[in-house]
Amino acid sequence: MTTDNRHEPAAEYETHLVDVLVIGAGGAGLRAAIEAKERGLRTAVVCKSLFGKAHTVMAEGGIAAAMGNVYPEDNWQVHFRDTMRGGKMLNNWRMAQLHAQEAPDRIMELERWGALFDRTPEGKITQRDFGGHRYARLAHVGDRTGLELIRTLQYRAVDLGIDVFMEVKILRLISDSEGRISGAVGYYRATGEMVLFKAKATVIATGSIGKAWKFTSNSWESTGDGHAMAFWAGADMIDMEFVQFHPTGMVWPLSVRGLLVTEAVRGDGGALRNSEGTRFMFNYVPEMFRAETAETEEEADAWYEDHANNRRTPDLLPRDEVARAINSEVKAGRGSPHGGVFLDIASRRSPEFIKRRLPSMYTQFMELAGVDITKEPMEIGPTCHYVMGGIRVDAETAATTVPGLFAAGEAAAGLHGANRLGGNSLSDLVVFGRRAGIGASDFAEGRSGEPEPDKGQAAEAVGAALAPLDGKPGEDPYALHAELQNSMHDLAGIIRTGSELEQALERLDEFDERLERIAADGGRQYNPAWNLATDLPSMVTVARLTASGGLERKESRGGHTRDDFPTADPEFGKVNVAQRRRNGRHEVVQEPLPQMPKELQALFEEDKH
Amino acid sequence: MAGVPPKDSGKPETGNVTDDPAAGDEEGMALSEGVTEKEAVGEAEGEGMTEKEATAQVKGVAGAEVGGVGSSEDAGASEEPPETEQVTMKVWRGDPSGGAFVDYVLPRVEGEVVLDVVHRLQATQAHDLAARWNCKAGKCGSCSAEINGKPCLMCMTRMEELPGDTVTVAPMKTFPIIRDLVTDVTFNFVMARQIPAFRPKEPEPDGTYRMQQIDVNRIQEFHKCIECFLCQDVCHVIRDHEVNKLYYAGPRFFVRAAVLEMHPLDTIDRRDLLKEHLGLGFCNITKCCTEVCPEHIHITDNAIIPLKERVADSAYDPVAWLGRKIRGRRKARALEVLELAPAHAAPTSDDLRPAMATQDESGESASRDSAGAPDRSDGGNAGGEHGNNTGG
Ligand SMILES: Cc1cc2nc3c(=O)[nH]c(=O)nc-3n(C[C@H](O)[C@H](O)[C@H](O)COP(=O)(O)OP(=O)(O)OC[C@H]3O[C@@H](n4cnc5c(N)ncnc54)[C@H](O)[C@@H]3O)c2cc1C
Ligand code: SF4
Ligand code: SF4
Ligand code: FES
Repeated sequence: MTTDNRHEPAAEYETHLVDVLVIGAGGAGLRAAIEAKERGLRTAVVCKSLFGKAHTVMAEGGIAAAMGNVYPEDNWQVHFRDTMRGGKMLNNWRMAQLHAQEAPDRIMELERWGALFDRTPEGKITQRDFGGHRYARLAHVGDRTGLELIRTLQYRAVDLGIDVFMEVKILRLISDSEGRISGAVGYYRATGEMVLFKAKATVIATGSIGKAWKFTSNSWESTGDGHAMAFWAGADMIDMEFVQFHPTGMVWPLSVRGLLVTEAVRGDGGALRNSEGTRFMFNYVPEMFRAETAETEEEADAWYEDHANNRRTPDLLPRDEVARAINSEVKAGRGSPHGGVFLDIASRRSPEFIKRRLPSMYTQFMELAGVDITKEPMEIGPTCHYVMGGIRVDAETAATTVPGLFAAGEAAAGLHGANRLGGNSLSDLVVFGRRAGIGASDFAEGRSGEPEPDKGQAAEAVGAALAPLDGKPGEDPYALHAELQNSMHDLAGIIRTGSELEQALERLDEFDERLERIAADGGRQYNPAWNLATDLPSMVTVARLTASGGLERKESRGGHTRDDFPTADPEFGKVNVAQRRRNGRHEVVQEPLPQMPKELQALFEEDKH
Repeated sequence: MAGVPPKDSGKPETGNVTDDPAAGDEEGMALSEGVTEKEAVGEAEGEGMTEKEATAQVKGVAGAEVGGVGSSEDAGASEEPPETEQVTMKVWRGDPSGGAFVDYVLPRVEGEVVLDVVHRLQATQAHDLAARWNCKAGKCGSCSAEINGKPCLMCMTRMEELPGDTVTVAPMKTFPIIRDLVTDVTFNFVMARQIPAFRPKEPEPDGTYRMQQIDVNRIQEFHKCIECFLCQDVCHVIRDHEVNKLYYAGPRFFVRAAVLEMHPLDTIDRRDLLKEHLGLGFCNITKCCTEVCPEHIHITDNAIIPLKERVADSAYDPVAWLGRKIRGRRKARALEVLELAPAHAAPTSDDLRPAMATQDESGESASRDSAGAPDRSDGGNAGGEHGNNTGG
């Protein structure tokens, strides 16, 4: 008995041996798993919710790809350029290039798997306008594109017979004695029983971090687990200061505050107005976009029909610009009754058009706010939506800086730089989900022997997870969560300052201490209080990454605005803020961006005229 | 039984177990004071206002309008919300071994949906109340429940629209209980595997497919399905007859089959499968499924009836068969396809057996029907394991 360590604690858990473990069943995770399974590898997907409910399901407006179905002038170079400029040139150029080149194929592939996009009169996939995209480029299905994407991938996964472990929360990645990630440990939400995965390669596709902020369009799952687990495992994180506040979230009733109003409303003709009825976006056109933006309302309105002879409406500037503009209007006292501004499509498009193009927005406002958007303007304001930052990955293989660990989707960073363009996320999921699947499969095939995740690490993670249930009185997870959200909202929201970020970091240290004493009522079976207690460590970790990244970046750029450094600083335009854990210490360092080759740089010189 | 004793029974001040006279009525209402403080925290989470946010201007206004539920920190919330109107939530609580409705009384907040109230309960009086949700916008189909006896989405049901001062919330009846409002919906994931997937014909020479909008409109209607399984819940074929789960796919999967059957590019014929294995014939077109569908899919008229016609067609109509032959569009028969299919697409019975609970076995199965739903008073189908790692 003493010599046979297979009966040590780790062996008590239900254990599954796979080649590729995919954590996350959103678009990125499913696309990665499909790739691995098609290669014939033992593949498992794990997700916190039921299968098919991941956050991707909420994406509305569309998926960006330069297919040229509506504007034949469109091509990957233009998409690449739009993506880089939207990201304030902080993007990983190679990722932006691969993304622009491969997105059309990935969409055709979705169609082969049964997706049904809206059509052009010639029977091709139609494309709609979105902020920051020069041409109408978003393939879509009404305003429920994410649902189409996830259902298509879900049933493709069913078809391939991929093993799905649903309602399982992964707690920690586990490495072997050589430091390779060799699996992960988690628990079934239904029973609270622990489960161990041994894997030759692991893909993180856990999505967003929005639940650390008060007003967010994100679901309860977006607690940054993947970001945090990778960081704890020693992976490099970049750009964590860049959090996207989507300009149009619902503001009323309060219970739905933050819920997304798709950008497609503006893409399809909706205009922003302040309380005086002025289309204020004309006053907020930044230098970088002046040449291509309409100066008059007439030109902006004509642009919807004719892109060739008119310049685009400023309502469709990139999200960071629009969110800041709304913020300023409200601050100047020109806001709507509930603290937002107005988004008006009622006076600009027919009721039939609105109901056909934006059916779920129509229902959402009708059923949740009692507002008929074909008759009245919507009240909207910024909401925490997306994180550009995340795990640093290799553009070609999606490998992280830790062997055996790959990442894709919102959890990975690089593609979007300082600010993401709408529609570029869904395409990111399928382009880099696939690449992560290939990268992980190659790694798994090249690795010999059974993976041996360290038993001590697993036991430690399990012990920490079970601590809140030990019956001792302590911190209430719901209250702690609310305080965390308030702190991040107040101290690391849309507009930041150095002293507030420092305060945020102090509070986060306090939260860390309080987490030690967190206590959950009830037992292990489907207990939301306990589940939240196990999500909180991730949220505090990602919150700290955002605050310390923000403190380091002493400039304003994209999704990061510093009141004390209100302009962009060219020196900061050359670096990523990278963060990692080394020997128990949290390092925050500036590192040079990868250099773009000349022929791609030329794409940007051309447009300086 | 690995059942965890419901902890809330240890803190009677937070709720009143309706079925248990010993719990006493005096406890049931005891929350108005004790809860206020926690309440403020809970509300701070979703609703507080701050100086810095865009909303700072109208703080006073908004604060007033929501009855002063500002966050405790920065809006200087009064201890007692001025809006004192109360609502009683009767929420079913329990696990496979049984359960009962528990009453919770809390103040009403303007504009809330039932899911908001459930969240407020979790943050204040019932920390371990199990419920599923994700999008809070009617897009993911996670939060299905029976509200005042009617299957609906908790996130799309506004409190203001429910009559009276009492609202009952029960889990879906057709599926075995996991805990509280959470049911084991494995049945649906098993059924999903029974239907052979989409197999498209060859693309055009340029590698793309051409389809006209009018040809995809109808199936786009079916693609709106958010897999909330409310139609499955309400369908009497499986709601009232557990054993039928072995032979019956249910309305959601008739919609799924209709998508594939009507897809302009698909090459598989699933009609014999629908007839012989998926129980299309059991449906007697009561239309209850259509009535509850939150996506307003015309499940019966647009999916089930046309499928029934096609199935009848395949069996009896030699002309239609001939027509297909002549047009050269013979699709591969699904049953043949299934025979060649990998093991995971095997028949349902083995997969389902563990999830099947017979009322006779569990004996004391508790009634999970919503109180005040007079048309359904028989026992629920409590019990059973849940293979949660549904391959699928
Ligand atoms: C309302 C809304 C609308 C949007 N609209 C658009 C749009 O129109 N176009 C566009 O391009 N983008 C859009 N986005 C952004 C886009 O939807 C997301 O960025 C994208 O879906 C993220 O996908 P993902 O695969 O990375 O992760 P997700 O879809 O978020 O999936 C994460 C998965 O990881 C799992 N998971 C997380 N933690 C764990 C854990 N610890 N253990 C096990 N599993 C775990 C979850 O259960 C889930 O399955 C929108 C976002 C929102 C919120
Ligand atoms: S119409 Fe058919 S499928 Fe729908 S509820 Fe009635 S019997 Fe069930
Ligand atoms: S068809 Fe309607 S009721 Fe049935 S699962 Fe889909 S959305 Fe829900
Ligand atoms: S929470 Fe998504 S449908 Fe209700």
